[in-house]
Amino acid sequence: MRLLRDLIYSARESLLTLGRVFLFFLQLLAYTPAALWRLRLVVHQTYNAGALSLVIIMTCALFVGMVLGLLGYDLLSRVGSEDILGAGAALALTKQLGPVMTALLFAGRAGTALASEIGLMRATDQLSAMQMMAVDPVRRVVLPRFLGGVVAMPCLTAIFIAIGIFGVQLVGVEQVGIDPGSFWSQMRAAVELDDISEGMLKGSVFGIACSLIAVYEGYNSVPTAEGVGRATTRTVVISSVATLLLNFILTAFML
Amino acid sequence: MRQTHAMEIGTGLFVLFGIASLLFMVTQITAERVGVQRVGYVLTAKFENVGGLKVGAPVSMAGVTVGRVTAIAFDSSDYRALVHMRIDPQFNRIPNDSDAAIFTQGLLGNQYIGMTAGGSETFYKDGDQIELTQSALVLENLISKFLVSFAEGKSKAAEEGKK
Repeated sequence: MRLLRDLIYSARESLLTLGRVFLFFLQLLAYTPAALWRLRLVVHQTYNAGALSLVIIMTCALFVGMVLGLLGYDLLSRVGSEDILGAGAALALTKQLGPVMTALLFAGRAGTALASEIGLMRATDQLSAMQMMAVDPVRRVVLPRFLGGVVAMPCLTAIFIAIGIFGVQLVGVEQVGIDPGSFWSQMRAAVELDDISEGMLKGSVFGIACSLIAVYEGYNSVPTAEGVGRATTRTVVISSVATLLLNFILTAFML
Repeated sequence: MRQTHAMEIGTGLFVLFGIASLLFMVTQITAERVGVQRVGYVLTAKFENVGGLKVGAPVSMAGVTVGRVTAIAFDSSDYRALVHMRIDPQFNRIPNDSDAAIFTQGLLGNQYIGMTAGGSETFYKDGDQIELTQSALVLENLISKFLVSFAEGKSKAAEEGKK
């Protein structure tokens, strides 16, 4: 009996959170045109979320690509068709690995920064101070950070995929010696423009989801040291789950 | 103030890098030509069966890719497949009695059109149709033909055995 009550309670609670997040998203969307007048804030946050994530994104992409190259070569050489390594790795990177890995890294690198920054602003009453000065903290603090993340994610996804393919090429062509001609031509024959737009669409959707979750958790965090920590943790957990869930839905739709 | 400019330049570089990566993907890892003018001339050919031939498949002569398949349609007047292919303009000296056949790269690879040069003195020009064609080898047909002839051979052998 108690279990049932707890279950109903938690179901109601998660519905409530989902509704609040969505309303928050609509609010941000409604404010977005106004943010174009303060482009400098958005640019600053794009720098924070995007340019500062470049190193981790590029390093990880290189290693993911190299692992793909090694594993793919090991498997494909057993059936004597290592030529299609380029095609398989490029498809895997553009459609799945690129957007998903970028989103997970983005949630860990930029999402946590957003959540803890906004959470600390709330904990130290900076947001209340803004409200006292008739400055809307959602417009001044939250929206630029959200938009910065939304702009940064597609760029990061594209960079991840390109560097990843470079990594595959590094192992496949430079190290184990697949013929570069067949490597690239098989890749070109297999990858279509639709695959790239699917990857970029996924990157953009994940960017919106991860940024939204980060700013929501930060903005609604409990204003204590523990609360900020918890908001940061929740950002990573929820972003990761949301990314993988959305990835499944988008993949099913675009198959 | 200087610091802010550095930040803006950094952002600009970041976005530029992203666009460059996207451009790399679109131009280097796909075969589609974006924004490049379509050049060359079009030839058509009719096949009994195109098998697994796809749009974008290479048209090759002596193993060199001279063009690509641009469209595959069904001609309901004679129930054959009509294949359009665009030949690159530098290959403008293909004799107009050259034939086209559909081959497979490797055992299970992609299918492509292979052309063999004829001996004519005049050359193909835009809009010409290749008259001599050879259809794709469909593995299932081949196997069933083989099975049928195998069974026939066996029954014949059995009859001879009775005599």
